[in-house]
Amino acid sequence: MHYSAFRIFKEAMTGNRGWKPAWRDPDPKSEYDIIVVGGGGHGLSTAYYLAKEFGQTNVAVLEKGWIGSGNVGRNTTIIRSNYLLEGNQPFYELSMKMWENLEQDLNYNAMVSQRGILNLIHNDPQRDAYARRGNAMRLSGADAELLDREAVRRMCPFLDFENARFPIQGALWQPRAGTVRHDAVAWGYARGADSRGVDIIQNCEVTGFRIENGRCLGVETTRGAIRAKKVAVCVAGSSSRVMAQAGMRLPIESHVLQAFVSEGLKPIIPGVITFGAGHFYVSQSDKGGLVFGGDIDAYNTYAQRGGLPVVEDVCEGGMALMPMIGRARLLRMWGGLIDMSMDGSPFIDRTDIDGLYFNGGWCYGGFKATPASGYCYAHLVATDRPHPTAAAYRLDRFLRGAPIDEKGQGAQPNLH
Amino acid sequence: MIINHPLLGPRDMAEFVYKGDVCLIDRPDGMQEGIEAFHDYLHLRDNPAGEHRELWYHEQGDRSWLVVTRNTLTHEITDVALARDVARERGRTR
Repeated sequence: MHYSAFRIFKEAMTGNRGWKPAWRDPDPKSEYDIIVVGGGGHGLSTAYYLAKEFGQTNVAVLEKGWIGSGNVGRNTTIIRSNYLLEGNQPFYELSMKMWENLEQDLNYNAMVSQRGILNLIHNDPQRDAYARRGNAMRLSGADAELLDREAVRRMCPFLDFENARFPIQGALWQPRAGTVRHDAVAWGYARGADSRGVDIIQNCEVTGFRIENGRCLGVETTRGAIRAKKVAVCVAGSSSRVMAQAGMRLPIESHVLQAFVSEGLKPIIPGVITFGAGHFYVSQSDKGGLVFGGDIDAYNTYAQRGGLPVVEDVCEGGMALMPMIGRARLLRMWGGLIDMSMDGSPFIDRTDIDGLYFNGGWCYGGFKATPASGYCYAHLVATDRPHPTAAAYRLDRFLRGAPIDEKGQGAQPNLH
Repeated sequence: MIINHPLLGPRDMAEFVYKGDVCLIDRPDGMQEGIEAFHDYLHLRDNPAGEHRELWYHEQGDRSWLVVTRNTLTHEITDVALARDVARERGRTR
């Protein structure tokens, strides 16, 4: 069914009896060409691009819970392509270009809103660093502009410019960045994949891999064994647990990142703002809630909930940046599990087991990568060659001395 | 979370800095082991869902290193020991 204004009008005239479920609920077949493990944003987009771009329609997506129940619905919905390093920035700019055309491509309203991101500058070294980053962004074809203090003041007069410790000196501005309705991304990709023949199988947990003579022949699940020519794992947050079933140890720790929403307020924050002197970022949803977050809790966990010290730290960051939010009440907060990798960058790679592929390690930045991650992963799985923009995301990059460490923190996952 | 320090009693986790899996105590011998052993030591982790032994540093306290045994699904802490004692048990001289 094609969604359009005409369709809404027609359905309104006919009692809304024509709406159908957006995807089927099939039972698993005994064999597929490709199995994607994980029905989150990346898994669903992988299946969608496998079908649409690479002609692979005998594909199943296996999801332990219901699709979109994990991190695609738990993030703070920000999209941006403001990375520094060669291995990262072209990939994220590809993702940004794909976001810009996503809704037309999927025929699904994902509320892609390019309202811009301000990375605030508080001192001279930071301005130098952001000037360098902005140049790297523009070299990749992205947009970036270095703003002075007055330009930031015109945009966001409510910020604490005269803060004694961290006065705001300017910002790096990416106008094409913004926010997206995250659940709609999962649903749109699911609908698009399903309409091209992909089986989306929910409540189907993978409990093991069938591996013989170094080759992956399928998976064991809670709904029976399923054979496959290729298995593509895509379960960031739980990567270590799932890949341990294939006997692999990963350069990943699982951590929790908290997110927060205030009560609904009148429109005040025009885009996305990041505090440069602490870890705090904020945007305002279309419903009016301030959506914000900060640091990870910084210890290994699979609990999908965080602790109060980080809540306090995030709120202190917000108060330092915009004291006006002090009277706003917190409506909801939650945690999402994230794969923290050893250099803060992700993996899209083959494994040493033939026919078994791995996508994970997205740290706290997986949502913005959803379209490009799915596209590049589908490229790798379908053609057995990495997509050029994702060629650096190899599992052996630490052994080769080629980490992609944006922050330069070394192999300490909770510092990235 | 409250960490029951062996010397100081119950302390808030905010006083501590988290390092990671206790396997970081077992650094390979640089004169004996090859590059793969150091790669595995530095970069690969078991990252279990369940009981996890891990290093915490009491930075805002007595600056001792602790080995905390904690469940990563429930955050329940079942054992806290001085890292020095654990390291000696594992054959390190200090």
